[in-house]
Amino acid sequence: MLSIDNLHVSVEGKPILNGINLDVRAGEVHAIMGPNGSGKSTLSSVIAGNEDYEVTEGDIVYKKENIIELSPEERAHKGIFLSFQYPVEIPGVTVTNFIKTAINSNQKARNESEMPANTMLKKIREKSKLLEIDSKFLSRSLNEGFSGGEKKRNEIFQMAMLEPSLSILDETDSGLDIDALKIVANGVNKLRNKDNAIIVITHYQRLLDHIIPDYVHVLHEGKIVKSGDKELAHQLEEKGYDWIK
Amino acid sequence: MSLSEKLLSSFLAFELDINIQSPVHNKRTKALKEFEKLGGFPTKKNEAWKYTSLKNVIKQDYTIFSKKKNVLEFKSVKNYFLDNTETYKLVFVDGFFDPFLSQTSHDGLDICILSAALTKPVYSNIISKYFNTSINQDDSLSQLNTAFSKEGVYIHIPKNKILDKPVEILHFATGNEASLMLQPRNLIVIENNAQTEIIETHQSLTNNPIFTNCVTEIFVGLNAHLDYYKIQNDNLNSSLIDNTYISQDQDSTAKVHTFSFGGKLTRNNLNYFQKGSYVNSTMKGITIIDDNQLVDHHTLVDHAKPNCESHQDYKGIYSGKSTGVFNGKIVVDKIAQKTNAFQQNNNILLNDKSTINSKPQLEIFADDVKCSHGCTIGQLDKDALFYLRARGIPKKEAKALLTYAFANNVLESVNIPSVKSRIKKIIAKKLEVDLEFDL
Repeated sequence: MLSIDNLHVSVEGKPILNGINLDVRAGEVHAIMGPNGSGKSTLSSVIAGNEDYEVTEGDIVYKKENIIELSPEERAHKGIFLSFQYPVEIPGVTVTNFIKTAINSNQKARNESEMPANTMLKKIREKSKLLEIDSKFLSRSLNEGFSGGEKKRNEIFQMAMLEPSLSILDETDSGLDIDALKIVANGVNKLRNKDNAIIVITHYQRLLDHIIPDYVHVLHEGKIVKSGDKELAHQLEEKGYDWIK
Repeated sequence: MSLSEKLLSSFLAFELDINIQSPVHNKRTKALKEFEKLGGFPTKKNEAWKYTSLKNVIKQDYTIFSKKKNVLEFKSVKNYFLDNTETYKLVFVDGFFDPFLSQTSHDGLDICILSAALTKPVYSNIISKYFNTSINQDDSLSQLNTAFSKEGVYIHIPKNKILDKPVEILHFATGNEASLMLQPRNLIVIENNAQTEIIETHQSLTNNPIFTNCVTEIFVGLNAHLDYYKIQNDNLNSSLIDNTYISQDQDSTAKVHTFSFGGKLTRNNLNYFQKGSYVNSTMKGITIIDDNQLVDHHTLVDHAKPNCESHQDYKGIYSGKSTGVFNGKIVVDKIAQKTNAFQQNNNILLNDKSTINSKPQLEIFADDVKCSHGCTIGQLDKDALFYLRARGIPKKEAKALLTYAFANNVLESVNIPSVKSRIKKIIAKKLEVDLEFDL
C-alpha cells in the first residue's frame, strides 16, 4: 500500500530524514519508535503532504502512485489520514460541521454524491459512541479548550468518520491518561481490517500494549536503524534507545 | 469645473424644486456656506481623511439631479430584498421615492419619506425638534448633504410601540445617467420604550459610476431599542460615504452591524452620542474586500453620562490590493464615571499587497472607567490550514472556512435570520466557494 524509498527531507535547509525505506502492506500495523528529534513527526507530516517540508530525494509511492507532488487534500482524498500530535484549535467551526465539510469534500473529490444528512447523523452518532464522545462535545468549536484526551479522541473520531485506508497516528498516546488511552486504542482496533493499514508513531511502548503492531521500526537521526516485531518494542522499553544506537 | 463648484452652482436650480420659505431651507443655505467654508470635499491633509482619498471619486462629472424617474420592475430587483421576511419597504430609485416597490405605513406610526415630512405641517414639530440637530458641523460632507437634503427615509415610531416587522431601506441606481451623485437624507426617531429593526442597502444596477453621500440621523428614546443592519455589497464603480449619527437617551440600546463586501470606496462615519445614563451602544462590522477596494470605518462614541457602555468589534479580511481603515474614537467626558468602553479590531491580510490602517483614539477625562482596546493584524494560521487540508478540505475552501470562522462571532449577534443567511451567502460568493457556512 505504501512504499517509501530512500526518502530525504529537509526543513529550511536542515536535513531531518536521511534515507528512509519503509514498506507497509494492507492489513498491517507498523510502529515507528524513536527518541525525541529522531524525525518521527517529520515523517508523518511528509506522508500527509505538509508543504513546510522539502523532499530532497526519494519517493513515496501510495497505492502504486508517486504522491510526492500531491497536495495534502489530494492525499486525503486518496485515503491518507494523519492523526495530529497537536490538533489545531479552530474557534468558530464546530466539530460536527467540520467533519461534515471534510466528508463532503472527500465525496466530491471522488466524484461521489454528498452523504445524505440522516446517514451522516447516524454515522456521527455511531462513531462518537465508539470513542465515548458526548454529543454536547460535537457542537463545540473544533479543539478549542479541549483537554489533551479530548483532542486525541476527536482525532480518532475523525479517522472513524473518514475511513481512511492508511492512518498515521502521530504520538496519539501523548497527553493521555490510561482510561483515555484504552478508549483511543479500542477505537483504533475496531477500525482495523484487512484492507487498511496503520502507522503508529510513538515514543513509548505503552500504546503498543493496546494496539499490537506487526512490525516495529526504530528511527534514529532520520534513518530506520532497526526493524523487528513487537518484541523489539519491549526491548526498547527495557533497555532504552541508547541500546540501539 | 470641479464637483464642488458644480454643486455650488447647482444650488439655485435645486431651489426651484423645493419650498424655500420653509424653516428647513435656512438650514440648507447655512449648510451650503459651511461646506464652502470648510473647503469643500476633504483631502488627505485632513487628519480624518489621511488614509482615504476621495480624489478619484470626485473627479467624475456626476449628474447631480437625475432628470427622469425610472421605473423598476419588482422581479428585476427581487433578489435585493430579504427572502421570506415580512418587512416595511422604503425604496428609492435614482434618488426618487418609488411608491410601487415600497410599503409605507401611517398606522399609529410613520414609515414614509422625508420629502413629505419636510413639507407637511403635521410633521413640523418632529422636524424642528430633530432635523439636522445632531450632525458634526465640521464635517463638510454632512453639511453638503444638509444643503441638498430633500428626499430619504422618515421613520417615527411613537412611544411604547414595538415594530411588528423590520424596515428595509433600498437605494437603487439604474444607470439612466452616465454617472450619478446621490444624497439621501434620513431621519429616524424612536420614542421612549419603542423598538425598531432596520436593514439598509445601496445598490447600483449597472456599471455606471455612482457616488452616494448619505446622512442618517437617529434618535433613540428612553429605554428604546434600535437594531440597524447596513449591507454594503455594491458593485465596483459605486462609492459610498455613509454618515450616521445616533443620539441615545437613558437605558436605550442601539446596535449597528455594518457588512462591507462591495463598492469601490466605502467610508462609514458612525457616530454615537450618549445623552443619558445606562446607555448601551454596540457597533460591529465584517469587511471582506479585494482588488482595489477601500473600506474605511470611522467610529465615534461620545460617553457624556455615567454608567454607560460601548462595544465595538470589527473584523476585516483583505486581499488583492485592497485597503482597510479603522479609526475608533472613544471620548469619555469628565462626568462619565463608570463608563465601560470596549473596542476590538482584528484583521487578516491574505497577501502582501493589501493594507490595513488601524487606529484606536481614546480621550478619557474621567478616572473611574474601564476602557479597553485591541487591534490585531495577521495572516491565516498555516497550521490550521494544513489541518483542514489534511482532512480533505481543498485549499480554497479551507481558507474560506477559516476566514468565515474568524468573522463568525460578529454574525452571532444578528437577530434577523434572513439577514444572517444573506450575509453568509454573500461571504461564500465573495470567497468564491460553495459552502453553506452552517457552522
